[in-house]
Amino acid sequence: MSGVNELRIVGFLCNWCSYGGADAAGVGRLAQPTDLRIIRMPCSGRINPLFVARTLLSGADGVLVSGCHPRDCHYAEGNFYARRRLEVFKRLLPTLGIDPGRFEYTWVSASEGQRWQTVVTTFTEQIHRLGPMPRFSPGEACVAVLAESGG
Amino acid sequence: MNVLSQLKEQIAATLPNLDLVIGWERGFDPLHHTPLFMRRPEDVERLVIDALCVHNLAVYLPGLKNKKVGVAVKGCDSRAVNQLAREGLIKRENVVVFGFPCDGAADLTKVRRQLGDISGVQSAALEGDLLRVVVDGKERETPLKDVLADKCLRCRYPNALTHDHFAGEPREARVQTDDYKDVVDFEALPLEARFAHWQQEMQRCIRCYACRNACPMCVCRDHCVAQSRDPHWVTQEDETREKWMFQIIHAMHLAGRCVECGECQRACPVDIPILALKRKLNKEIRELFDFEAGVDPQAVPPLLSFQVEEKNINERGW
Ligand code: SF4
Ligand code: SF4
Repeated sequence: MSGVNELRIVGFLCNWCSYGGADAAGVGRLAQPTDLRIIRMPCSGRINPLFVARTLLSGADGVLVSGCHPRDCHYAEGNFYARRRLEVFKRLLPTLGIDPGRFEYTWVSASEGQRWQTVVTTFTEQIHRLGPMPRFSPGEACVAVLAESGG
Repeated sequence: MNVLSQLKEQIAATLPNLDLVIGWERGFDPLHHTPLFMRRPEDVERLVIDALCVHNLAVYLPGLKNKKVGVAVKGCDSRAVNQLAREGLIKRENVVVFGFPCDGAADLTKVRRQLGDISGVQSAALEGDLLRVVVDGKERETPLKDVLADKCLRCRYPNALTHDHFAGEPREARVQTDDYKDVVDFEALPLEARFAHWQQEMQRCIRCYACRNACPMCVCRDHCVAQSRDPHWVTQEDETREKWMFQIIHAMHLAGRCVECGECQRACPVDIPILALKRKLNKEIRELFDFEAGVDPQAVPPLLSFQVEEKNINERGW
């Protein structure tokens, strides 16, 4: 990814599996793109899909969520609930006018350093293909808009 | 006996056992009905039932959870009763539901578009398939079907899905299926156009939160994250982005719960088409989990449950 400006990618990772997986990749010195900033969460079940919305609206170009594989959740069922919520949120994106590729969720276990490397690299490439997230142009003051519309 | 007199009789007979019954009455002008809270027998006389009974009165039920309350419901409203009960936000046994066959409710935004400025309306009459109004001494009319709310044109449940009393005979539904054509059409636009649409529409939001207040399933009231500083989900900045963030929050908090009564959009004073977000989620929830909120009172809300192997979620190879 050298020579390309970094984009802002935020990762929400569960403490027990994916954070460990990312750590394993680091310890194994597996080369990874550097756009990603990681936020450690207790469990993917703690990841409110609105974290993703807020992150995208507040300046990120892509958001990655990763948790333990189904059946491997430290809290047994957190990722099962997460899967439904995150899937529903991902499907809302096209109607918002946001490319659904800006958000992915996946599963990486603590021993899967190599898989983590693949996930980060693939996702980062995907976000670079999409480029920076579009932003609303600075708002005209509400009063001006209302005056114009005769309201 | 017509539906209204039958309904009045049923309410009058039940009222002595209840704290109050909620219905509709004529409001500040002939086009705006308003909620009616009936406590005494003479209040029942003021009840009206017609295409101007737009409010979903189930919105009052969670706040009256420990009272014995009667409520008149259109078909769409009744889904909110079911869903509220399913989520334990009301006690169904404390509520007496009065159903009737609904012929559709007017959308006053469409009335305004058809008939022009209606602020000085002197009289309004529904005659068969026509809405006839007198504004500033001049008579204007429009076919009722041209001013019915979109939700009514695709209505599959015109009769209350849950009721303790029913006045009149159940009527046929207008359509049998909802193909979510509006959602499909919108998504056929280029991505940039969809994004620009929300910028254009959301910028005039005045953050009055009428959309939230009118929503029967929005029950947090004073604890809504829209106004909380801790957590601080939306800022106080006058930015379209923050207004949009709130709509995304509303839509996601209603995922798998929204009964598509359309109250959010109806209540919006600046006509922002926010129902589109809820329609989209409802379409996906139906495809993913074969679920429609408030239709089957026993069905488990999909986001409060899971399957170890999800039938319709593709785990995406990577
Ligand atoms: S989100 Fe809108 S359509 Fe859905 S239940 Fe609330 S008010 Fe009704
Ligand atoms: S009702 Fe309309 S103007 Fe008011 S907060 Fe909701 S979207 Fe904004």
